Amino acid sequence: MSCLEEKFDQLRSVYPAEMNSSLVLPLLHLMLKEKGHLTESDAVFIAQYLDVPPMQVKEALTWYTMLYRQPVGKHVIKICRNIGCSLMGAERLIEYLERKLGIKEGETTADGRFTLLAVECLASCGTAPAMQIDDTYHEQLNESKIDQILKELS
Amino acid sequence: MTETRVFFNFDVTADSHTLAAYRQRGGYQALEKVLKGMQPIDVENEVKASGLRGRGGAGFPTGMKWSFVNKQSPVIYLCCNADEGEPGTFKDRWIFENTSHQLIEGMIIASYALKVRHSFIYIRGEFDLPYRRLMEALKEAKEAGLVGEKILGTEFSCDIIVHQGGGAYVCGEESSLLTSIEGFKGYPKNKPPFPAVKGLYQKPTVINNVETLATIPWILANGGATYAAIGTEKCSGTKLFGVSGHVNRPGLFEKPMGYSYKKLIYEDCGGILGGKELKAVIPGGSSTPVLLPSEIETLTMDAEAVQAAGSMLGSGGVIVIAEGTCMVRLLQVLSRFYAHESCGQCTPCREGSAWMNDIITRISRGKGVKGDLERLECITKGIMGNTVCALGDAASMPVNGFLKKFRHEFEYFIEHGRSMYDGRLEI
Ligand SMILES: Cc1cc2nc3c(=O)[nH]c(=O)nc-3n(C[C@H](O)[C@H](O)[C@H](O)COP(=O)(O)O)c2cc1C
Ligand code: SF4
Repeated sequence: MSCLEEKFDQLRSVYPAEMNSSLVLPLLHLMLKEKGHLTESDAVFIAQYLDVPPMQVKEALTWYTMLYRQPVGKHVIKICRNIGCSLMGAERLIEYLERKLGIKEGETTADGRFTLLAVECLASCGTAPAMQIDDTYHEQLNESKIDQILKELS
Repeated sequence: MTETRVFFNFDVTADSHTLAAYRQRGGYQALEKVLKGMQPIDVENEVKASGLRGRGGAGFPTGMKWSFVNKQSPVIYLCCNADEGEPGTFKDRWIFENTSHQLIEGMIIASYALKVRHSFIYIRGEFDLPYRRLMEALKEAKEAGLVGEKILGTEFSCDIIVHQGGGAYVCGEESSLLTSIEGFKGYPKNKPPFPAVKGLYQKPTVINNVETLATIPWILANGGATYAAIGTEKCSGTKLFGVSGHVNRPGLFEKPMGYSYKKLIYEDCGGILGGKELKAVIPGGSSTPVLLPSEIETLTMDAEAVQAAGSMLGSGGVIVIAEGTCMVRLLQVLSRFYAHESCGQCTPCREGSAWMNDIITRISRGKGVKGDLERLECITKGIMGNTVCALGDAASMPVNGFLKKFRHEFEYFIEHGRSMYDGRLEI
């Protein structure tokens, strides 16, 4: 993991030295980007690198929803189910995606291409309904726009 | 007379977010003026004179918050709250995407006033374009000597560290935000001690919302009194209001405090979708109690007026609901959210938000039973005022509001096992 440790060191230089413990979440994010999902041993690895109690990192890992602890598909679709999007048809679009992908919310397609998650407010209420695929936001959605977006994904 | 704009004072173009464009519209002149000609206490006094109140939801006077910090402390921190998670709110994101430099300038000025060497931006982890724009702007600002060592050639140095969140709404609560920056799961803390006394790593800390801090350059450039002259007497300035839901033209608007809700909905947003009647307005983000059309008829958008009407100005997220919407199913969307976001630390909130969601979900599936509404009210009583942070109250207020204003719909659902309105949320 030497390459990873190099990246760790780089992040470490951003924070004042006395704030070592603040690196827990940034390092978990970084590791997630590298590995797709995180396990307990990843948490222990970070704890050892930072010299903080392993329990602290394990707790963080299990508490923050953006940190996946199960393998996810090549693309993760997060579609908003909160109030702004619901008023603009989010439920219909979630059902549409479930039918289109042949999975339920929370599941991954058999070919491993897509994971579908219904999430809380993405701060897109003025451009609802909205979803985020991997990092990118897609807003003012409708069925045909979803078709187009999914088609363009590798 | 053209209205004063603190934010919407430029056209958004492909490069309006850059340093060059920000400078062209007068950017970083306030910082220069402050660093080269003002004492920290003068800056604080100017902010006090402006009457600026926090834009994160609670509306606490910013200058007063700054004055609580003991400036003799060897280490003081500033944290910008950019966790923007309150459903209905999407304003901070606009600031990052379009004028990150305005926030950076505001943070450096605030850091100078507060004698801060390291400041933080806690930005919600999902944000992509806002994050990238911020990082670009920070890079530009560092290269131009506007952030970092010896800013603008003066003796003042300040770094801004960007910390990405992990997808937890509660981390927008200020003590939770600090615990999260410290590298723990984001449990809120009991107050007192307040962060101004014991905050990040036990050091005095000021936490301000993105919009609050991004307003600071304007105040220093134009004077606190000029800012105080805008808006209402107790609620000065302009504010970003995000309108969502059943309107023809949803979006973000900058309005002077005291603007009319009706004008916002019917003129700025072009009225209700499909020409329908208005049914309800959630005036300031999902946690604020819902209001009826009759209650917003003459209501103005300032903290005092909305409070007098029994709700809150909150974060300025106005959610508009048209006639024909099923309020039972809509409340279920909210109760599910709060149950999901409770951090689990205190029993009334953890259990109560889950029980409320169970009961409301049961009602919305036609399985409600007699006594459910009383049970809900009893649970909110058990939660409110009995929890570590305000998320417990935030989960309870919508329930009380919906039951008070639309009780008949809940009773109908329980009695008939179905919605009065076909269970519709979309119009
Ligand atoms: C559950 C909860 C979530 C909150 N979320 C946010 C948020 O996303 N952004 C924000 O600025 N304030 C949020 N707040 C309010 C903060 O605790 C705090 O009052 C605010 O950041 C102070 O900044 P201001 O004085 O500039 O408004 C939240 C509060 C609670 C109880
Ligand atoms: S009120 Fe809820 S969210 Fe806040 S600390 Fe208690 S359990 Fe956590």
